[in-house]
Amino acid sequence: MNSYHLDHLGFLETEAIHIMREVAAEFERPAILFSGGKDSICLLRLAEKAFRPSDIPMPLLNVDTGHHFPELNDFRDRRAAQLGGKLIVRKVEDAIAAGIAVPAPGEISRNRLQIPTLLAAIEEFRFDCAIGGARRDEEKARAKERFFSFRDAFGQWDPKNQRPEIWNVYNGRVNPGEHMRVFPLSNWTEMDVWEYIRQERLEVPTIYFSHTRPCVRRAGQWLPVTDILPPKPREEVRELVVRVRTIGDIISTGLVESPANTVDDIIAEIAAARVTERGSRADDKASEAAMEDRKKQGYF
Amino acid sequence: MPNSQHPVELLRFNTCGSVDDGKSTLIGRLLYDSKNLMEDQLEALERSADITGGGQINLANLTDGLRAEREQGITIDVAYRYFATPRRKFIVADTPGHVQYTRNMVTGASTANLSVVLVDARLGVIEQSRRHTYLASLLRIPHLVIAINKMDLVGWSEARFLEIRDEFERFLPLLDIKDVKFVPISALNGDNVVDPSHHTPWYVGPTLLGHLETVHIASDWNLHGFRFPVQWVNRPNDPTNHDLHDFRGLSGQIAGGIVKVGQRVMVLPSGLKSTVKQIWTYDGPIAEAFCPQSVTVQLTDDLDISRGDMLVGLESLPGKASDLEARVCWMQPRPLQRGKKYFLKHASQTVQAVVVSIENRIDIRTFESEPEPAELAMNDIGGIKLRVSKPLVYDGYATNRLTGSFILIEQGTNQTVAAGMLLPPTEAVKPEYNDFAI
Ligand SMILES: Nc1nc2c(ncn2[C@@H]2O[C@H](COP(=O)(O)OP(=O)(O)OP(=O)(O)O)[C@@H](O)[C@H]2O)c(=O)[nH]1
Repeated sequence: MNSYHLDHLGFLETEAIHIMREVAAEFERPAILFSGGKDSICLLRLAEKAFRPSDIPMPLLNVDTGHHFPELNDFRDRRAAQLGGKLIVRKVEDAIAAGIAVPAPGEISRNRLQIPTLLAAIEEFRFDCAIGGARRDEEKARAKERFFSFRDAFGQWDPKNQRPEIWNVYNGRVNPGEHMRVFPLSNWTEMDVWEYIRQERLEVPTIYFSHTRPCVRRAGQWLPVTDILPPKPREEVRELVVRVRTIGDIISTGLVESPANTVDDIIAEIAAARVTERGSRADDKASEAAMEDRKKQGYF
Repeated sequence: MPNSQHPVELLRFNTCGSVDDGKSTLIGRLLYDSKNLMEDQLEALERSADITGGGQINLANLTDGLRAEREQGITIDVAYRYFATPRRKFIVADTPGHVQYTRNMVTGASTANLSVVLVDARLGVIEQSRRHTYLASLLRIPHLVIAINKMDLVGWSEARFLEIRDEFERFLPLLDIKDVKFVPISALNGDNVVDPSHHTPWYVGPTLLGHLETVHIASDWNLHGFRFPVQWVNRPNDPTNHDLHDFRGLSGQIAGGIVKVGQRVMVLPSGLKSTVKQIWTYDGPIAEAFCPQSVTVQLTDDLDISRGDMLVGLESLPGKASDLEARVCWMQPRPLQRGKKYFLKHASQTVQAVVVSIENRIDIRTFESEPEPAELAMNDIGGIKLRVSKPLVYDGYATNRLTGSFILIEQGTNQTVAAGMLLPPTEAVKPEYNDFAI
């Protein structure tokens, strides 16, 4: 191996930086979707690498389901402030109050309701591009996602009619009302994300590390007991040593029993893991095509 | 070095073959045998086996992604898979093999280090095999593997293997592929995919995965002739910070060669020269940088430079022209017609382009070209002449895949309608403004 050679993280990094700069150069009003989760933490570091010493030339946007882990929101606000970035938060609750998002009778999960909330925010700020942290290795339906993923005026993704993406020449052209979702981490795996977090010494919310928490067992997963998710009568509550692998809604994020206390521990755990990351999210279990349906409606 | 382990290399490859040659099965096999499948994936596999497969696990289900495809039972779009071994990380583009989907193969293969062309041992070389091999050559994919699959169905016959290899070797000399390997496999049973087969004692080469892990890719990137398309001008404009007040950086990804602090460079299309003052990165300034790193370059002179300009090394200058010749792969149902205007995106700039003439269309079966066709239809490959609204600074695709390629975008719909590969410039830029410009 000669010295003019990038290792795999170096390659993934330069690919992502290139994409972020294309977005800054080609769109009028782009935004970065920032949840405080591990993927978007990497996105922010890549934005720093792409644009420093200038300011990051786009605001951060978060859709708050109201069911977030509190640790996550604290972290989100702190990190945004550190970067000197502009953080825009739009709440599902407000979208429900305004009639933009309408829960079905008895619908507790806010997963579906994030979609209209996000689309309303995109319309409000007339964003023409939203950079997200989705990865292709997360789920089968994502495996065909492009880096530049075109959304029509209804925010929909049409998997049958995607623009071919050739070399590193990205087509970012959209007509008014349409927008683009851009995924610089498309080629990253869960392992790459953690290796990058280690390499860059990035801080992550504490819920990724092992902690003790009351949990109940539902549909083969441990879910955290909270005000929104109280135990049912006769349901056994257990104090477990757990951590989250992927952060969704607090009522549907399965916790994994784990003693992993450091990023190194997590990397070792993933190397030995027997279940994919999304295996710990209740919302994907419903059907094999679940993700595909949500995406067509404009999910992240 | 923050990373404690030995750095891991990344290899990108794509698989191509006709319908039912076994691409999906092969990728499933690679993931399964290299222990890259997880419990829930295996569970899902078993669940679908009970529903559709009469209890037999179908490895192809692992990669057949979208519902529409599952319903039709065919792969219709490029899907990407990721797996790793202790030696390398792999990105696999699963590219479908139907006649009408040449565009998918071009998409999946454009970024690949290597292509795997699958052949059904019973059928041997068919039109699709020639098409895929031709495309791998057209796209200048550095390495090619011909995987002769379903060897179990031809009694593991060495004679059959050699016969197919000979068929390929008859037309390979007509193409531009330097490194070709032939591997006899059974994707269904796993022979020679990850583990060597006891059915093929006559085959002494590596298994498919063994080859993917060891093929030499360090020189796949172009390290000759510095090329730096300016993507974004980096001006902090911070009056309070003395260091940043005058900072004027040119941000981009190096598309060829190496750049060093102190090196003389030329800015194109203007032709002005300057010297590299600093190579700025978030992790601190560096003395040199190489393709495909993303960096921010500061020059000693304050020249008027913007997105779309290119910094180049003086030792090998690119071409600069408004009249271009290229090979294109046409990717949409409305045919390419002479006289029509498109947007052309090349490196970091978009210009207008008009198709002056269609020189020829390549017949994928014979590799011969038919002169002056009336149009190029979806999935056709042909030579065209273009005139662009502003001179392009470029290299021939054979010299540099990044500065020699472009896409055409239809005005109005904004669809990407063609992948283009530029022919070498007839003459290089002449360094007219010798050193008078500072
Ligand atoms: N006997 C035998 N059958 C195989 C082998 N590899 C694949 N098959 C079978 O060939 C059929 C087609 O395989 P797939 O993997 O679905 O083919 P594909 O190339 O992905 O085809 P599309 O998805 O339709 O483009 C399936 O029934 C496989 O079980 C092999 O090595 N030996």
